[in-house]
Amino acid sequence: MLFKLSLSNIRKSLRDYAIYFFTLIIGVSVFYVFNAVSGQVAMTVIDSDSREIARILQMGISAMSVFVAGVLGFLIVYASRFLMKRRNREFALYLMLGMSKRKISAILLIETVIIGLGSLGVGLLLGIGLSQIMSALVVSLFEADMTRYSFMVSGDAIGKTVICFAIMYLVVMIFNSVIISRFKLIDLMQSGKKSEQIKLKSPWLCIIIFLIAAAVLGYAYYQVGWNYSEVKSNKMALYIAMGSVSTFFIFWSVSGMFLRIVMSMKNIYYRSLNAFTFRQVSSKVNTMVFSMTVICLMLFVTICALSGAFSMRNSMNANLQELCPADFELSANLDEPVENLDIVTECKNNGLDIMTYAGEYTRFYTYGDSNFTFESFCGNNAEKVKSQFQFLDYHNSEQLVGLNEYNALMKIYGKETLSMNDDEYILLCDFKSMKAVRNSVLKSEGEITVYGHKLKSKYRECQNGFISISSQHINAGIFVVPDSILEGQIPNGEYIIGNYNTADKESKKETERIVKNDYHEMTKNLSNLSFFRSGGYFGFSTKLNIQSGAVGLGAIATFMGLYIGLVFLIACGAILALKELSESVDSIDRYEMLRKIGADESDISKSLFRQIGIFFLLPLILACVHSVFGMKFATYFLEIFGTEKMAESIAATSIIILLIYGGYFLITYFCSKGIIKERK
Amino acid sequence: MELLNIQQIEKYYGSKSSLTKAIDDISFTVAQGEFVAIMGASGSGKTTLLNCISTIDHVTAGHIYLENTDITTLKGKELNKFRREKLGFIFQDFNLLDTLTAYENISLALSIQKIPATEIDKAVNTVAEQLGITDVLQKYPYQMSGGQKQRVASARAIVTNPKLVLADEPTGALDSKSAKMLLERFNYLNQKHNATIIMVTHDSFTASYASRVIFIKDGIIFNEISKGADNRKQFFDKIIDVVTLLGGDMSDAL
Repeated sequence: MLFKLSLSNIRKSLRDYAIYFFTLIIGVSVFYVFNAVSGQVAMTVIDSDSREIARILQMGISAMSVFVAGVLGFLIVYASRFLMKRRNREFALYLMLGMSKRKISAILLIETVIIGLGSLGVGLLLGIGLSQIMSALVVSLFEADMTRYSFMVSGDAIGKTVICFAIMYLVVMIFNSVIISRFKLIDLMQSGKKSEQIKLKSPWLCIIIFLIAAAVLGYAYYQVGWNYSEVKSNKMALYIAMGSVSTFFIFWSVSGMFLRIVMSMKNIYYRSLNAFTFRQVSSKVNTMVFSMTVICLMLFVTICALSGAFSMRNSMNANLQELCPADFELSANLDEPVENLDIVTECKNNGLDIMTYAGEYTRFYTYGDSNFTFESFCGNNAEKVKSQFQFLDYHNSEQLVGLNEYNALMKIYGKETLSMNDDEYILLCDFKSMKAVRNSVLKSEGEITVYGHKLKSKYRECQNGFISISSQHINAGIFVVPDSILEGQIPNGEYIIGNYNTADKESKKETERIVKNDYHEMTKNLSNLSFFRSGGYFGFSTKLNIQSGAVGLGAIATFMGLYIGLVFLIACGAILALKELSESVDSIDRYEMLRKIGADESDISKSLFRQIGIFFLLPLILACVHSVFGMKFATYFLEIFGTEKMAESIAATSIIILLIYGGYFLITYFCSKGIIKERK
Repeated sequence: MELLNIQQIEKYYGSKSSLTKAIDDISFTVAQGEFVAIMGASGSGKTTLLNCISTIDHVTAGHIYLENTDITTLKGKELNKFRREKLGFIFQDFNLLDTLTAYENISLALSIQKIPATEIDKAVNTVAEQLGITDVLQKYPYQMSGGQKQRVASARAIVTNPKLVLADEPTGALDSKSAKMLLERFNYLNQKHNATIIMVTHDSFTASYASRVIFIKDGIIFNEISKGADNRKQFFDKIIDVVTLLGGDMSDAL
């Protein structure tokens, strides 16, 4: 009996349920896609020897999926509450007919189970389809190897999705039962008939609150946008809290002021349906200040996550071009100088004969003078620098390289060579924050003593440049000095950098496979390498390796950013759409009345369009303003990845937001139009 | 002068197998400046008749002419234009927008006609004075009594100077004191401002304020009486006589 009633209820209120069902399906499929694709992406882009990254990745994904589940759970509870409200009069009828509250709960329970099973089924099917598109998209985004990618249904992801949503539905059921137990018959019967109490806020209070909120927001913006070097993590939380709270109060005060301002412009206010439109908007915003704040903050995160992800991806691909111009690098950078350092011969004796594979290459030593450390480079500025940057290592000897050897390397790299006088040196550094420190020293002093020779800096600031191939700007400082002063000194580092003796990509891969295999065999027993006994760094890095590592890391970061962005965007759109649609249902009578007094259909549509438009735009505008400053702060931290192609990323972000958020807006508008359409 | 001419209108509901004739061949005319009440029991078709005149509903057959325009042929934009320029509506449940103040509710009828704000202000204040609602203009519907709400709704109906004011059970939701006050206002508007009013009611007392009463039963005109030289009390007794004649459920409604 109850089951029958539940089923017919669903059929009867299909339109209301459609919104709920739609939200659930989106939730299920999005959740499945995330869990399935992240696994697949990890498998596809991460090379077999990047196990470490894979593990970090798995942890990140787990944390994220909990977070995403939280957001989706919130969305579902919200949607179900919307549905409950719509059915108040139906419940009133049941109660009046003598049905017990427990039975009503049972009806809802059955309904939730039916809807839950339905949405899980449909959502999973949709998710399986979407995940194929999504992973193809992510993989192609990184020009990764497509051969390893195939059609896949992830049982693991299905299991996770089912469990997560079962829990969410359980929460919804509990939630509903609590609501039902609190029902009062009289309230239920009168729901929808009660006219709203309209209280206009005092305009002066609004202005004062607005000014205070704007000032607080401005202060937080300033701290984050310009004063970021001072920002520490605990203070960051404070600024975020300040931003959130002032966002709330800005919405609160704007909702009060907005109407007052428009009302004072009599010519606009009393034109066509404007009075009606603005009153509707203000009453909506008034009751939704909190939701608006949440939506605004979510949009803010969306914008930052999306553009951050895109710019990371763009600059990673660009960085690889610039920073990885040779095929391989075999290098040792040791803690102490080693006599007769010759890693090539030693490696050969241990099974790695790099020379047989090398085509064009260069081989050179680097030096370290134990009397010339970072501290002595800083000279008189040492105290000041130390107070600002406590975490730097001040007692490491600086890395030195001869001019001619450096220029030979530059020929291999295809980059410009350097020239200078015999009493000069050039400091190379491209790690931004380190560069700033070193530049401040070079400006005031700049004279150094290396192996007893006094040298002065050719330039008043650091030059861009590097020795080791890498995927990021991470050279913290290398001194190019005249070759003459290094003569007779004992080196502490040796580099062999060059290209393989094969030309096409496939044979390079093959060569690399052999070389890497030899390298792994050799490093199983590092103690055989005599030069390494003093400790330090010894390693073999290759362009292909760096590429796959960087791409893997970048892909994950981008994927996470994209995903968080999309989930938030969908959640925002869905909340606004639900709210707006329920609002339209509540306002059917009002539109009916407007028609009776003869308002034009086009005027009514225009009014509706404006109401929904303002509603969607308001949080977006503030979120954009937030993002300008948020991004300014984020770029400071994304510096090492490079932030060159910011404009492109912002354009891509705008397009995505326009598509999804705009899509939600249009769907809401057309659905609302359908709801308020004249009943015949 | 003849303002409204209703010619043999019919309105059927339902399918061929179960046809309900809500209006079955009704014809009458209303002259400029008349105050006509249409009386009938629940289900007699009086509200359907009013809905047809107000173009909210469509007739199945027949024609309705207002100043020689056949309003049964109007569609879409023309229909809306006709409604907002020629008609004024008053409903039983007031139908005020709860988010707007009384002033804004009244002004809305003018602003959808694209009348400039300065003229709106003048017109709203004038009509508010006529209906005695000047002191509630800045209030919201929930802050007003039923009588005040209905007078605000009436003000909205007549502020545009419509050719015809249509009232559907205007006193239905009012207490007797408020009802009397509203009806006296209707009389005032009818006599001093020459407004043409058609009012649907099942209440004899309310009908006695009109100058002519048309009785409808089962979709046809049952009777029609005019006030003529009678005072309201005498006219009321006449109406009661007809209602008694109509018998049945109608007498319950007294």
